[in-house]
Amino acid sequence: MDTKRELLALLSTDARESTDDIARQLGVDTETVEELLDELEAEGTVRGYQAVVDWDNIDEQRVAAFVELNVELDRETGYEEIADRIARFSEVQSLRLVSGDYDFAIEVTGDSMQDVSRFISNQIAPIPEITQTVTHFIMQTYKEAGIDFGDRDGDDRLSVSP
Amino acid sequence: MTLQPNDRVAGVPESGIRKFFELAEERDDVISLGVGEPDFSTPWAARSAAIHSLEEGRTSYTSNRGIADLRELISDYSRRWDHDYDPDTEVLVTTGASEAVDLALRTFVSPGDTVAIHEPNYISYRPGIEFAGGEPLGVTTTAVDDFVLTPEALRAAGAEDADLLVLCYPNNPTGAVMSESEIRAVAEFCVDNAVDVIADEIYAALTYDGDHTSIASMPGMRERTIVINGFSKAYAMTGLRLGYALGPAAAIESMNRVHQYTMLSAPTTAQYAAIEALRSCGDAVTEMATEYNRRRRFVLSRFEEMGLDCFTSRGAFYAFPECGGDDEAFAEELLEEEGVAVVPGSVFGESGEGHLRVSYATSMRELKTAMNRLEAFCRDR
Repeated sequence: MDTKRELLALLSTDARESTDDIARQLGVDTETVEELLDELEAEGTVRGYQAVVDWDNIDEQRVAAFVELNVELDRETGYEEIADRIARFSEVQSLRLVSGDYDFAIEVTGDSMQDVSRFISNQIAPIPEITQTVTHFIMQTYKEAGIDFGDRDGDDRLSVSP
Repeated sequence: MTLQPNDRVAGVPESGIRKFFELAEERDDVISLGVGEPDFSTPWAARSAAIHSLEEGRTSYTSNRGIADLRELISDYSRRWDHDYDPDTEVLVTTGASEAVDLALRTFVSPGDTVAIHEPNYISYRPGIEFAGGEPLGVTTTAVDDFVLTPEALRAAGAEDADLLVLCYPNNPTGAVMSESEIRAVAEFCVDNAVDVIADEIYAALTYDGDHTSIASMPGMRERTIVINGFSKAYAMTGLRLGYALGPAAAIESMNRVHQYTMLSAPTTAQYAAIEALRSCGDAVTEMATEYNRRRRFVLSRFEEMGLDCFTSRGAFYAFPECGGDDEAFAEELLEEEGVAVVPGSVFGESGEGHLRVSYATSMRELKTAMNRLEAFCRDR
């Protein structure tokens, strides 16, 4: 693995490491890490750095839903055009074209179920190419971005062993 | 007096590691860099296969040599190190690599035989040789040579007359690995002096910056080498107790004679876990190795920053920095003052004196804190 690829792997595990600590782990100097980070950002490989939050842990109403969207294409309108319109809504957290029974899978967040429902019926469903929407409210998150929310950070090993 | 241990057992001292284990156990704020096993759990696919085998009621003995499918998979897996062992006659599945080492010693050591062993080294070989009635011959390796075994060191110790050599690279406790040319030199020494080899390669999959070379792949060595490996370190399966030995058919047959009367067969559940591990957990091993490698670089670079001399270890999950002077006192004070547990190098033989075994099989978060504490400790010293 070259250093750039390894940096990417490291950031995917923990993007909050200091540049110095990243440099130590990759066996390169701090400047090299900074240059590579600039490069990854400039070329659009790294699109951002975000925390993985267990929202159930804070005392605040927040509702998320997965929504399946079916669309009908015509000569003038392709997936790209439709995706572009949907992606512009700040309520839409993720948007993917998928294989299978429906076309787009989107994740939407809002303050309440009504909030999310209203958004789907007022903003998404009326888009002319969209023929059907199916909304799945998320009831519980067990794992996200590779992090198991139920994982106990226990170490059962003997403290000193040969 | 009843139940008195025999002279062989009575003559073997208690492991020096035990004292540190007890000291570390006394407090609950200790960050331990003294652990000789992975901090990862066994990959889920392997655990799941073990559970399934229990649900299916596969809880009886297996054949002495191990489940045929497993031996086949081990034989295939071992090809990566230029091995070619027949699954039916040249593979023996054991209860941990530890059993394989013990079997090899009990099978090939005759009373009074000299068994050369490079030091510092894993603490079990010397007692194992003594339990088998052999005479251990320590061969000193040093930081100057990056703790690699050389023909010069073997000659200096008088190992030309040894009957056997126990070889363990990548090494516990130093993390040292041997390059192809270094292995070749030791192989030539063994062929020239008719020394057989027990090669414990349990850390082979955890070799960084280059690949592991097995001494059995060197000219003239296959017929005089028992290769030992297992699932504990690479697949994070220490508690499942599963290892294996590879060697010429007649040698494996002899080892199996001891195995069939003393162990019957390796744990069945663990064998099913191992089958799945070899079938589908290769990526998990790569991921763990990548993570160890990052931590290795981190630890080595932190040692450099705090002025702790350390050769570049390239294997296992150990670094072996120099602390100078009394390593036991250093480790004890470090534990008392900073709550960081390491193992003093002298536990692994006299030539380990003045060093510390630092295991980086622990999370980056803990490693960072431990290194900061170690740095503060070195500064105040």
